[in-house]
Amino acid sequence: MLARLASNRLHEIRRIFSQPTRSFSTALNYHLDSPDNNPDLPWEFNEANKQKAKEIISHYPSNYKQSAVIPLLDLAQQQHGGWLPVSAMNAVAKVIEVAPIRVYEVATFYSMFNRTKVGKYHLLVCGTTPCMIRGSRDIEAALLNHLGVKRNEVTKDGLFSVGEMECMVSLFFNGLVI
Amino acid sequence: MGLGSLASRAMRPTASRLLSSQNPRPFFSFHRAVSTTPELQNADQSAAAAQPEPAADLPPRTPLGGARVHFPNPEDAIEVFVDGYPVKIPKGFTVLQACEVAGVDIPRFCYHSRLSIAGNCRMCLVEVEKSPKPVASCAMPAMPGMKIKTDTPIAKKAREGVMEFLLMNHPLDCPICDQGGECDLQDQSMAFGSDRGRFTEVKRAVVDKNLGPLVKTVMTRCIQCTRCVRFATEVAGVQDLGMLGRGSGEEIGTYVEKLMTSELSGNVIDICPVGALTSKPFAFKARNWELKGTETIDVTDAVGSNIRIDSRGPEVLRIVPRLNEDINEEWISDKTRFCYDGLKRQRLNDPMIRGADGRFQPVSWRDALAVVAEMAHQVKPEEIVGIAGQLSDAESMMALKDFLNKMGSNNVWCEGNGSNRDADLRSGYIMNSSIAGLEKADAFLLVGTQPRVEAAIVNARIRKTVQATHAKVGYIGPAADFNYDHEHLGTGPQTLQEIAERRHPFSSVLSNAKNPAIIIGAGVFERKDKDAIFSAVETIAKYAEVVRPDWNGVNVLLLKAAQAAALDLGLVPESENSIESAKFVYLMGADDVNLEKVPSDAFVVYQGHHGDRGVYRANVILPAAAFSEKEGTYVNTEGCSQQTVPAVPTVGDARDDWKIIRALSEVAGVRLPYDTLGAIRSRIKTVAPNILQIDEREPATFSFSIKPESKQKLDSTPFGTVVENFYMTDSITRASKIMAQCSSVLLKK
Repeated sequence: MLARLASNRLHEIRRIFSQPTRSFSTALNYHLDSPDNNPDLPWEFNEANKQKAKEIISHYPSNYKQSAVIPLLDLAQQQHGGWLPVSAMNAVAKVIEVAPIRVYEVATFYSMFNRTKVGKYHLLVCGTTPCMIRGSRDIEAALLNHLGVKRNEVTKDGLFSVGEMECMVSLFFNGLVI
Repeated sequence: MGLGSLASRAMRPTASRLLSSQNPRPFFSFHRAVSTTPELQNADQSAAAAQPEPAADLPPRTPLGGARVHFPNPEDAIEVFVDGYPVKIPKGFTVLQACEVAGVDIPRFCYHSRLSIAGNCRMCLVEVEKSPKPVASCAMPAMPGMKIKTDTPIAKKAREGVMEFLLMNHPLDCPICDQGGECDLQDQSMAFGSDRGRFTEVKRAVVDKNLGPLVKTVMTRCIQCTRCVRFATEVAGVQDLGMLGRGSGEEIGTYVEKLMTSELSGNVIDICPVGALTSKPFAFKARNWELKGTETIDVTDAVGSNIRIDSRGPEVLRIVPRLNEDINEEWISDKTRFCYDGLKRQRLNDPMIRGADGRFQPVSWRDALAVVAEMAHQVKPEEIVGIAGQLSDAESMMALKDFLNKMGSNNVWCEGNGSNRDADLRSGYIMNSSIAGLEKADAFLLVGTQPRVEAAIVNARIRKTVQATHAKVGYIGPAADFNYDHEHLGTGPQTLQEIAERRHPFSSVLSNAKNPAIIIGAGVFERKDKDAIFSAVETIAKYAEVVRPDWNGVNVLLLKAAQAAALDLGLVPESENSIESAKFVYLMGADDVNLEKVPSDAFVVYQGHHGDRGVYRANVILPAAAFSEKEGTYVNTEGCSQQTVPAVPTVGDARDDWKIIRALSEVAGVRLPYDTLGAIRSRIKTVAPNILQIDEREPATFSFSIKPESKQKLDSTPFGTVVENFYMTDSITRASKIMAQCSSVLLKK
């Protein structure tokens, strides 16, 4: 009996490892220095966004400036072409007067903050069960094949990148692409 | 009977007790500190608890670990019922605290009494009557009349579910884990864990983080309790650690590669409930059940942190903190925790005499002592100088002073005290508000002291106060590193003068404060204008009412373990420049005195445990025992005397310090009249009886009211940095490899 149990278990393990591994999230939870993303690069809000940032912070009491972290990160991401380098997060931390790690915590929590470079058009394929059943994987494979990139990679011309996201409640469609 | 069912029985002490009436105590107890002996129940606690007689079949319960319940306001007491026992608790207690008062240990991972409440591990679930779901007791405030049930099937099942989820992603690598044997997860899985897992998927793996030379990380073992994040943010004051990502990808880290540059970082090893953060120097050295624990105190700074030295055979393997609410709470500094490898290196084993060729020759004790005694008799009595080192205990300092006095000299002092000759007024050299008393202060003035490097534990206490009450901190001294909000008022005594003359804005902060505290660094002792600085502080103390019958906020923060006892015993130099005219210098572990001033024809005896700076100049070496090898009394900076206990045998032919001096006195023909520690202590009793009141703080009675007025003028030289390198301040830490690594990696360049 023990032998049968063991062989069953072995079979299970083999089945697990034969599956293509899928990453849970779009990016690593720690920072790796690269030429276009390291803490030494200068980063600042531009003049227009400085005004906007001031406006955003004015929505919150002066002793709760840190509440503005999400809108400010969003602003920074828009300014920086759809993604957040670590120096942008440091800049946000400085504006709201908290330790940088408090900003990193927020930025890593939300998958819509891209902490690695994305293309001008960041395509997100829904990976949630209903879409997956209706063939979202095939759509993703077609996209990747067409663009000649892997997931979370940017095309050479910097225009497109493909990522995965969670349900956007469009269950009627056969896989949603944003 | 399986271990699991045994453990679950242990979790229900009442049930098991009722079942087996012959055996009233469960023979496998999961609780670590439950005391059921009524004699441990102290009077005021039982009065406070004032429990009505429980039903006859229920044995009485006492709080966990004999904890006392303090009622800030007796009217605010509320009554709750824990497993049917009524307990009185103050308002604002959580359900978990109420259970602790009732003597029920609730399993927990994320809850820590000294950190903020996170409530994310869910291990402390209990059942509360009229609540639809089990509640997390650590985060739930206790309400009057609440009926809490801790040992019901619902509570047990809830905890078992939590445990199964925690173990799901936890690697089962206990055999190679350093936490094994003292792991909360291991212990609690004995009570709530299943004997098999139902999870067949792949476990997650997390990249290890590099936190520096002290803390080893195995992040896959982490259960995301966030204790380390909260400790770093709240106690250590370095906002480096954070919780990154979410869901199953969640991990503790620094995001950008960063070392943990805190002087308290070693404490995350203790608070980590699993083996995710362990000691790097202790990695794979020993199992905790092989170690012999010796409860002693630390001497690397003047705080006198309570520690436990864990040793195996003759080797000290690690140092961990002991709880002492008045001194170190449950934290110790990294220097205290990791200096122990210095005890194995550079040790002096044998008595040695420097030959004509300048090299040391090992000799017998008899020869070494004979040479020293002969040389001591060849010089004039006033040319004999004795200097006690910063790690000396009170007994050996007493012996040294008595020996030198018998030889006719009174030139004996302790390094670090400089030419300080004010040993008369005790309030002039101890921390009068006490370390725990700093929490009552609402304004601090730091004069020439950088507490973060001079006494990291005192700094943690100041930080705690600043965080809790937003107390204002003013600092006079060179630019320094602080981990709390402070105001840098100036660098030199002229700023102090301005405050004393009320010309400085900070003087109004001090006079408006209810309990102002002034902390003077021991570096001031080395200054020529010491008396002027103290009288400026006295002026401030007068107008700001720093010294009142109920509050004495004039504090001196000492640097070295021996300083307070040396001044208590009256080890003060007779003349300021006795060292320049010395012909016979007796260094009792003194390495930090300026030996360049010693004349080249002087005969230098070094008695100590490490081949450090003093040895370079020595003619004779007498090997002595280190603090981990001897029994000795130390007085800390707040005037609390405590004793070290020998944990390991002495190295080679070394002897206790006082025994060497006692033997030398006999060879020199001036026999000291004590042969035992008891006898030497009765001699101390006649000089400074407070030193013998072990573990009790003896406050200084008289303040500076009876001090003669000083005519000194303030010098304009700015205050200096007293401790250049936090990690290396004495002969033990200078010999330590770990401390050397820390100084090269962690010190800010």
